[in-house]
Amino acid sequence: MHRRLVFILPILVLIALIGFFWRGLYLNPTLVTSPLIGKPVPDFSLPRLHDPQQAFNQSRLKGQVSLVNVWATWCVACREEQRTLLHFSKQNIVPIYGLDYKDDRQSALRWLTERGNPYTAIAFDATGNVAINWGVYGAPETFLIDQHGIIRYKYIGPITTEVIQRELLPRIRALRREGT
Amino acid sequence: MIPELGQLALVIALCLAVAQCFFGIVGAQRGHFIWMNAVRPAAVGQALFVSLAFVILTYSFLTNDFSVRYVAENSNTALPWPYKITAVWGAHEGSLLLWIFVLGLWTLAVARFSRRLPQEFASRVLGVLGLISIGFLLFMLTTSDPFTRLLPPAAQGRDLNPLLQDPGMAVHPPMLYMGYVGMSVAFAFAVAALLGGRMDAVWARWSRPWTLVAWLFLTIGITFGSWWSYYVLGWGGFWFWDPVENASFMPWLVGTALVHSLAVTEKRGAFKSWTALLAIAAFSLSLLGTFLVRSGILISVHAFATDPRRGIFILAMLGAFVGLALILYAWRAPMFSESGGGFKVFSRETFLLLNNIFLVVAAAAVLLGTLYPLVLGALNLGQISVGPPYFDHIFVPLMIPFFILIGIGPYVRWKHGSVPHTGRKLGWVAALALLVGAIVIVLLRAETSFIAMAGVLLAAWTVFSALQEPVQRLWQRLRHRHASLGRSVLGMSVAHVGAGLMILGVTVTTMLGITVDRVFTPGSSLSVHGDQYAFEGVQDVSGPNYQAVQGTFVVTHDGRPVTVIYPQKRQFRRDGTTTTEAAIDAGPFRDLYVALGNPLGHGAWSVRIEYKPLVRFIWLGGLIMVLGGFIALMDKRYRRVRITAVTLDVAATLGDAGTNLRREPEH
Repeated sequence: MHRRLVFILPILVLIALIGFFWRGLYLNPTLVTSPLIGKPVPDFSLPRLHDPQQAFNQSRLKGQVSLVNVWATWCVACREEQRTLLHFSKQNIVPIYGLDYKDDRQSALRWLTERGNPYTAIAFDATGNVAINWGVYGAPETFLIDQHGIIRYKYIGPITTEVIQRELLPRIRALRREGT
Repeated sequence: MIPELGQLALVIALCLAVAQCFFGIVGAQRGHFIWMNAVRPAAVGQALFVSLAFVILTYSFLTNDFSVRYVAENSNTALPWPYKITAVWGAHEGSLLLWIFVLGLWTLAVARFSRRLPQEFASRVLGVLGLISIGFLLFMLTTSDPFTRLLPPAAQGRDLNPLLQDPGMAVHPPMLYMGYVGMSVAFAFAVAALLGGRMDAVWARWSRPWTLVAWLFLTIGITFGSWWSYYVLGWGGFWFWDPVENASFMPWLVGTALVHSLAVTEKRGAFKSWTALLAIAAFSLSLLGTFLVRSGILISVHAFATDPRRGIFILAMLGAFVGLALILYAWRAPMFSESGGGFKVFSRETFLLLNNIFLVVAAAAVLLGTLYPLVLGALNLGQISVGPPYFDHIFVPLMIPFFILIGIGPYVRWKHGSVPHTGRKLGWVAALALLVGAIVIVLLRAETSFIAMAGVLLAAWTVFSALQEPVQRLWQRLRHRHASLGRSVLGMSVAHVGAGLMILGVTVTTMLGITVDRVFTPGSSLSVHGDQYAFEGVQDVSGPNYQAVQGTFVVTHDGRPVTVIYPQKRQFRRDGTTTTEAAIDAGPFRDLYVALGNPLGHGAWSVRIEYKPLVRFIWLGGLIMVLGGFIALMDKRYRRVRITAVTLDVAATLGDAGTNLRREPEH
């Protein structure tokens, strides 16, 4: 019987995989909940990417509505996102802060020179420890932070123009109205 | 009228595939000879009609028939004619037609070269191939018909995706597909053997050369793809752990395991059910690759346009083919006796088993890393990527023991090896590898990086241990003239040398490469690794369907001219897409790589310069592996003619029992 089981195992693996693929086909990446939503940004202190002497911490994220974008040079989807973010940053609607995740400083700097820098400031999280506290699963992810430094929304996956129009801008406007 | 003929050809091919599948499988099951005799003509006809459809689509591209939607979307009168042919597989519908066309070629080959197989077995193999053809033809006709008309016809076509306008496009997808689809032949052999309830050395012997050919094509495809992305995408790397790259890498890893485990099944009659499972897995991963690329389920640089219906269809097909095969496996495989008998811990079998374990674990790790984002997605956690940090952490620790074992395995006897015997053969090899490795480390100044040193030593070990046997035989032959070396052993040695060179290239380029980013103004220069790069400015150049800015860099070394290189940034007229054409000065031991970044005003440009030591060894290693596989394929036993299956069977059994102890080391 035990021997029999070994031969049935492959088909069970297949069924599980197919189940995941099936769900995957219908998934909607915008429907994301995070336990951190509605909570203040976790305390952290990281070196800045461009100037390791300077620190970047949670107090920077208070006083205004802002976006925190988790990215890395090894992340293929971030390449797609880069252009959209660059365009969005030129409109000067909100500051976009970068959290460079499990990356190499040299390649990150190179990436920014080559492709342009959409970020107001970038925190450099080489080990990914801060990202863990933020509940980051991978790159890219984007957090919307309100005036009081509270995480209000999280988007997983690359930001597109559509995401900005449909998900981010209405929320940013609502937060601004709330704040005034 | 012509495109409708293409559609008709596909429908006829579908009918013939149904006949091929039905007569093949049911005919063999019932022992119905007239039915089985119909299988081969049906298979040949099916393949010919698929080829006709392929030729018709190519013709529509060459004649700029923009009344065909697919042609209008992917071609243009300004497109140079060779690209009109490669544009046939430039997008979803056509690349699917290429898939089916390649399956047709494999079917033709099987129909042609299977005459010496027992009739029942041959018709089952063709029947299973027919089933796969049915699936893909239905997929094409229901969701992705390339011959759909556009009414009214477009006056001008859009254009081929600029990234694909490159000579590499003529080679990379066809090779890769030959490999992917070739795994379906190994799959068909395994399923046919499971259906027939006989898994023996004959099955392994017949299935081995086919698997090897598929593996060869897959190796060529992946090696070529790596080189192509290096020089076209302008990212400066040779491998990105992109989901689509992984999709081709997984079947390769499992296919490599399969090639080795088939050796055990053929020689010793052991590992039968494991080999069958690997054959099913290799093809499943090929199908999975198709699914991942076609469904748009993962974010990727290779992303094709997506349509959920297509994803569902491929998923259903994957579930049906692999599910049926695995049910059959769960039912039949426990009945096979493992006639290979026992083997000691220190034996060739153990080493090949370890080889299989490492390769399969590596494939599983790649699968996990590729699917992790998807699994998170299915749990409503969105689409993200884990990227190279994950893969590097998993791969390095797996590959170090793997490459140590690669050197030892071939020198261990079947069944019960002897440590002193293996030690005698490899002792001086280890010493030589250490010595040469140390010299290379000093020459490359690699002592700064532990991983680079480990890579160099492992590479030296792999290369020298692989050469031990051929060199010894050559030496014996020079002295007594009667030592011979089988082609399959020689092929294995050559393939292992290739693997060693590849490891050398990968570690040295990764660990010791230099990358510098600078802003250049005309007249300024910079020194990287002793080479002086002088920027002379940019000028506009124009191609057939793009405008480009071209920079000029004069490279000198200690005042001696090395080369002048011209990196470009191209903007395509169709949609304004820009591509970066890096300029590369290739050399056997190093590449100089210059890519233009962004203009910064007043003639200044951000520029990336890279010095890449031994990067060519990566692809050279891949090619040498291919050469090794090719030599193994030329082995005498695959060229033997007119031996009936019965004598083959007897010979295999006798061979297993007696001759192997003498003919060491056969692989």
